Amino acid sequence: MFVNLFLELKQAKVPVSLKEYLLLLEAMQARVVEAGVDDFYFLARAALVKDERNLDKFDRVFGHVFKGIESVGDALAAAIPEEWLRKLAERMLTSEEKAQIEALGGWDKLMETLRQRLAEQRGRHQGGSKWIGTVGTSPYGAHGYNPEGVRIGQDRGREGRAVKVWDRREFRNLDDDIVLGTRDIKVALRRLRRFAREGATVELDLPDTIRATAHNAGLLDLKLVPERHNTIKVLLLLDIGGSMDWHVTACAELFSAARSEFKHLQHFYFHNCPYEFLWRDAERRHADRTPTWDVLHTYPADYKLIFVGDATMSPYELSQPGGSVEHMNEEAGVAWMARLTATYEHAVWLNPTPAAEWQFHRSIAITRQIMLDRMYPLTLDGLDRAMRELNH
Amino acid sequence: MQFKGTDTYIASPDLMVAVNAAIALQRPLLVKGEPGTGKTILAHEVAGALGKPLIQWHIKSTTKAQQGLYEYDAVSRLRDSQLGDPRVHEIGNYIVKGKLWEAFDAPAAPVVLIDEIDKADIEFPNDLLLELDRMEFYVYETRQTIKARNRPIVIITSNNEKELPDAFLRRCFFHYIRFPDREMMTHIIKVHFPELQRDLVREALNRFYELREVAGLKKKPSTSELLDWLKLLMVDDIPVEALRTRDPSKLVLPLHGALLKNEQDVHLFERVAFLARREQGG
Repeated sequence: MFVNLFLELKQAKVPVSLKEYLLLLEAMQARVVEAGVDDFYFLARAALVKDERNLDKFDRVFGHVFKGIESVGDALAAAIPEEWLRKLAERMLTSEEKAQIEALGGWDKLMETLRQRLAEQRGRHQGGSKWIGTVGTSPYGAHGYNPEGVRIGQDRGREGRAVKVWDRREFRNLDDDIVLGTRDIKVALRRLRRFAREGATVELDLPDTIRATAHNAGLLDLKLVPERHNTIKVLLLLDIGGSMDWHVTACAELFSAARSEFKHLQHFYFHNCPYEFLWRDAERRHADRTPTWDVLHTYPADYKLIFVGDATMSPYELSQPGGSVEHMNEEAGVAWMARLTATYEHAVWLNPTPAAEWQFHRSIAITRQIMLDRMYPLTLDGLDRAMRELNH
Repeated sequence: MQFKGTDTYIASPDLMVAVNAAIALQRPLLVKGEPGTGKTILAHEVAGALGKPLIQWHIKSTTKAQQGLYEYDAVSRLRDSQLGDPRVHEIGNYIVKGKLWEAFDAPAAPVVLIDEIDKADIEFPNDLLLELDRMEFYVYETRQTIKARNRPIVIITSNNEKELPDAFLRRCFFHYIRFPDREMMTHIIKVHFPELQRDLVREALNRFYELREVAGLKKKPSTSELLDWLKLLMVDDIPVEALRTRDPSKLVLPLHGALLKNEQDVHLFERVAFLARREQGG
């Protein structure tokens, strides 16, 4: 009955299974909701979506399926900020065209034109860079433009019409698109588990109990030991420099996996190379800085240090005081790198740039030297090797 | 049996649909949302509205799935055997019922609240798959199968500290409680404080949503904090003017301690308020 919705959700990479679809049908049969598309929307959402990150995707698919608008291309893979699209529309359409739209009956036509324009532009750009960014700074849109976004703009623009619940897209902020594919990473990270007994005594220690009971002339004497826990502590330093924009997805996946895998995970950001300050929050890095000395003093040496960065920069950023691109650093990057690696004996550098390209960058060579060759590509295999190294 | 919210709990239409679907199809309902948006209260209210008993199972990091079913108290049996207690021959004497067994045994279907399921070990939800699906389990020690007399209504809350396994999610209905908008919030306040002056509510809400907009707060105040704050405002008889004041010497809201729970947030808010007012003044 609603097979289309189900299939389109699948296509949009919302993890739905047959079981959930049948559950929805069962609920329809049981007449949980009376007729009415709003209630049906709520029901379908509760039955099919199990993670708030997918709610926004669901809203888009739902709006699409129940309006019968043809989608153009592999739409929903990437979410593009709305302003971005709006700007694009402003840029793409001349004022004559805008006047034309009025004459031609409004937004429907406009969207068609816009779509054509976008298609043309995509064709033109495919030779060189794959992105249709505004000025090439946007990390989004790696999968092409998003006609669904255009459609949303359209619904908004229609005046005098109430916006449908699913078109409000209230869950947009929750969509981080990184759930998929983290499983493999988690498995690789699991190599870094080390169990030790810690905490309250809750488990029966059988050999000790037998020994103690024998000592007691057969009268029972229970001995307990603490449970085993993963005691690995990880300090994750992530590069958020401009050149890292290309690797945003891979890093986000790694981070998301690491966060659920380690109980003691501390993360900080740096730009190209760590200097005297690190940031907790990438967006507020000028407001909220942590001195690197504090980090070195706060987290004991048994933390495992993982750098994530492409290490592609000007060699001066590493070797010279004052070489940083964004502030005056009194000490060279290498000095800070040396301090960090000296404090944390177990350290690796994960590099999202393919290993074959490493030889072309002088800064990568320097970094590898500082890291004593413990640089690994950000692939599953590389991750695996890195975790083995950390476990030594 | 339809849940339509209660005198003290305003349910949004989508939440009502989700709750009713879970009741009708007898599947667990997983509820997520910002802290303080009424996830746990929901179970209390559903139980109250449907006139059913509520069985609460609060999950901690050390909770095991088995504890919800039953525990075999081998230690006291061993001790009894050494002391020659006749109870020792009946193993059933040492089976301690857990919360789910209690629920399965109840004469009328109760509401079961599994609170903060994400606090437990990663394997915890997986260990409960079959039990929640078929509402039955097997007691190995006494070789009996415990089956629910009436399938209970199960409400599960999560704070997103860990990701829940897919197999588990597939068996639930899911609802994400969004932070209420201003209109909804006014309703909620009216339900809790019917005699509060309207302009005080309006002004308090203005300041409250302003506060939530401040970027970089570690913990945004939520519904439960707003209600606490209003209660304090009422008890202390704070006049509306105190909320409206633009006097630079009184930068911070009265009784802000109810809304902001750590000192960094208070500092941040002071700074933002100071800047905002300086701009206004200049």
